[in-house]
Amino acid sequence: MEEKKVVSLKIDRHEITVPEGTTILEAARLLGIDIPTLCHVDIKGTCIRNTPASCRVCVVEIEGRKNLAPACSTRCTEGMVVLTSTLRVMNARKIVTELILSDHPNECLTCPKSGDCELQNLALRFNIREMPFNGGELSSRKREVTASIVRNMDKCIFCRRCETVCNEVQTVGALGAIRRGFNTTIAPAFDKMMAESECTYCGQCVAVCPVGALTERDHTNRLLEDLTDPDKVVIVQTAPAVRAALGEEFGMKPGTLVTGKMVTALREMGFDYVFDTDFAADLTIMEEGSEILQRLENHLHGDKSAKLPILTSCCPAWVNFFEHYFPDMLDIPSTARSPQQMFGSVAKHYWAKKMGIPKEKLVVVSIMPCLAKKYECDRDEFKDGKVPDVDYSLSTRELARIIKRFNISLENMADSDFDKPLGESTGAGVIFGTTGGVMEAALRSVYEIYTGKPLARIDFQEVRGFEGIREAEIDLDGFKLKVGIAHGLGNARRLLNDIRSGKNHYHVIEIMACPGGCVGGGGQPIHHGNSEILKARAEALYREDRNKVLRKAHENPFIIKLYEDYLGKPLSEKAHQLLHTHYFNKQND
Amino acid sequence: MAEIKLACNIASQVEEICDRHHNKPGELINILHEAQSLQGYLPEAMQRIIARKLDIPVSKVYGVVTFYTFFTMTPKGKYPISVCMGTACYVRGGEKLLEELKRRLGIEVGQTTPDGKFSLDCLRCVGACGLAPVVMIGEKVYGRLQAADIKGILENLISAE
Repeated sequence: MEEKKVVSLKIDRHEITVPEGTTILEAARLLGIDIPTLCHVDIKGTCIRNTPASCRVCVVEIEGRKNLAPACSTRCTEGMVVLTSTLRVMNARKIVTELILSDHPNECLTCPKSGDCELQNLALRFNIREMPFNGGELSSRKREVTASIVRNMDKCIFCRRCETVCNEVQTVGALGAIRRGFNTTIAPAFDKMMAESECTYCGQCVAVCPVGALTERDHTNRLLEDLTDPDKVVIVQTAPAVRAALGEEFGMKPGTLVTGKMVTALREMGFDYVFDTDFAADLTIMEEGSEILQRLENHLHGDKSAKLPILTSCCPAWVNFFEHYFPDMLDIPSTARSPQQMFGSVAKHYWAKKMGIPKEKLVVVSIMPCLAKKYECDRDEFKDGKVPDVDYSLSTRELARIIKRFNISLENMADSDFDKPLGESTGAGVIFGTTGGVMEAALRSVYEIYTGKPLARIDFQEVRGFEGIREAEIDLDGFKLKVGIAHGLGNARRLLNDIRSGKNHYHVIEIMACPGGCVGGGGQPIHHGNSEILKARAEALYREDRNKVLRKAHENPFIIKLYEDYLGKPLSEKAHQLLHTHYFNKQND
Repeated sequence: MAEIKLACNIASQVEEICDRHHNKPGELINILHEAQSLQGYLPEAMQRIIARKLDIPVSKVYGVVTFYTFFTMTPKGKYPISVCMGTACYVRGGEKLLEELKRRLGIEVGQTTPDGKFSLDCLRCVGACGLAPVVMIGEKVYGRLQAADIKGILENLISAE
């Protein structure tokens, strides 16, 4: 085997040997030298990588070179001598940042990104105490408020992270740089609004934006008003991935589970009932799992209308994606609604009646790791007349903000349990929040229902992991079920293209729009490019699943009761009416 | 701006141009160059066809179109007027010619008169510096001009119709 070439160099006072192709930035980080960056983002283990070297914040001196070089895109060479903190370098970094600030609104006090802004951090780090370049006139670029995302392009610093994520990672192509010079802006084609573009609202652009140019639509004030209105009954559902990340906003280690503390905090805030989206995730498995079995059996019996593969449908950004780009394939995803919408439907149509709560007094709020969920609440098919099944959705970040406004310190909360019956869930519902989780949850039930035998091993390790596209073959008592898993819309596109061209060989496919699944959602605490955080969150969900007594959706006693009392059986007429949906062709031209 | 539908023959010509360049994304600028020569501009519908053929986001195509001043989304006039702003023409009064054209036509640089007859642009050097200042109308070069000549030139074009 050919040996991989290495190069030796000196960075500041340290000698280091690295594989050929390593950048100065990477080598320096190995030595613990933290060269500042701004436009650069490289999330290891995912395909999110943006190195346009456009901001020049990471410049270093290289002996023998006249000009300073960007560390993020300059490769190490043999014998190189790099200096990362000379006076010349420090001055250059400071001036570069001052120049960026010259065209940046001084709105830190009221900016939603304040405290989590990479530009603000640099200004602090470089000791910028005045603005020497106040000359340039601020251009008035577009502002837009969509159902999910707020765009304020005056704050944009043109790092192109959002463009890279939208085009190369997600292959959505909604955002791109247009015009040039002072007139440059990042916008959809023909300078249209995001709401008119192919945007799926996955929110990954928001997740990587270093400043406040792209943020979420904020519903915290609306929630505050509802919670303090004595006439309203306000109930909440929390998505699985939230409990594995919320703690980070309160200084806890990534991967800390705060389920019980979160439930107590929500009660302290004044929610009348604290329920769990995981309950609805179990319900999703009942409906989606039954649909998988039905389509599989019909297909095996030669029914040509029973198309395979069947694709999961719980991710609203993914639903938007195939409605925009694969309108010829609207009949292959499962018709099951997402857990958020199943919860809303059950709460408003079944639970409210049972409790004698008038519909107009009931407010259903969801806490989601996701920004597309905000848009999903707004979809007409999830409304009864004008009344939405889920009134509105807050992101994990918004929940953290509002908890702080209620003077609650999450870390000091005692643990408590969700309310019954819509708060009871199995381990299957918990793992929905990570890539491969929905598939594993479905397999646990599909296996037992199809074979009639109990599972010897509940963990399906073969579907876990972080690879962009994974596949596995599951033995259902002789029948080999082929499953595929993709996270990130670019990977989803690859799988769909294979299906379109007839190259596909899977029976069931799980797709999540965000890299890592919901743990890496656009509404989660900002991870600043650290993929270890995503892995820690996923691990936390598997830990919660392991600690549950019940780990299969079909064993949830409250789900069983819901079918007995109200829905009949999975895929019944009632179930179709309340728990299933249909899709639309949204192609633009 | 209302979306302009392309005539079928134009649409198929755009597709042919893309095919001739093997639908390679790297050929985008050459393709846009040829596509613009069909009608003198690049309407939205044309950019959407190119994006589809090259399998790239339409935002990318639009980004390139808006980056280079050569590309335009405004239809050119029957008589496209370009005023040279190269060094020689500029120092010999190119700017005065431009001001006079703007005043007479009632449009700014990059615009077209409402009747579709004239459009106004600037360019840099046509290689006729000896004739400075120079204005091009269509393929014809008018040299050694003064602002007072503009009126006559425009009137001649209209009366020749």
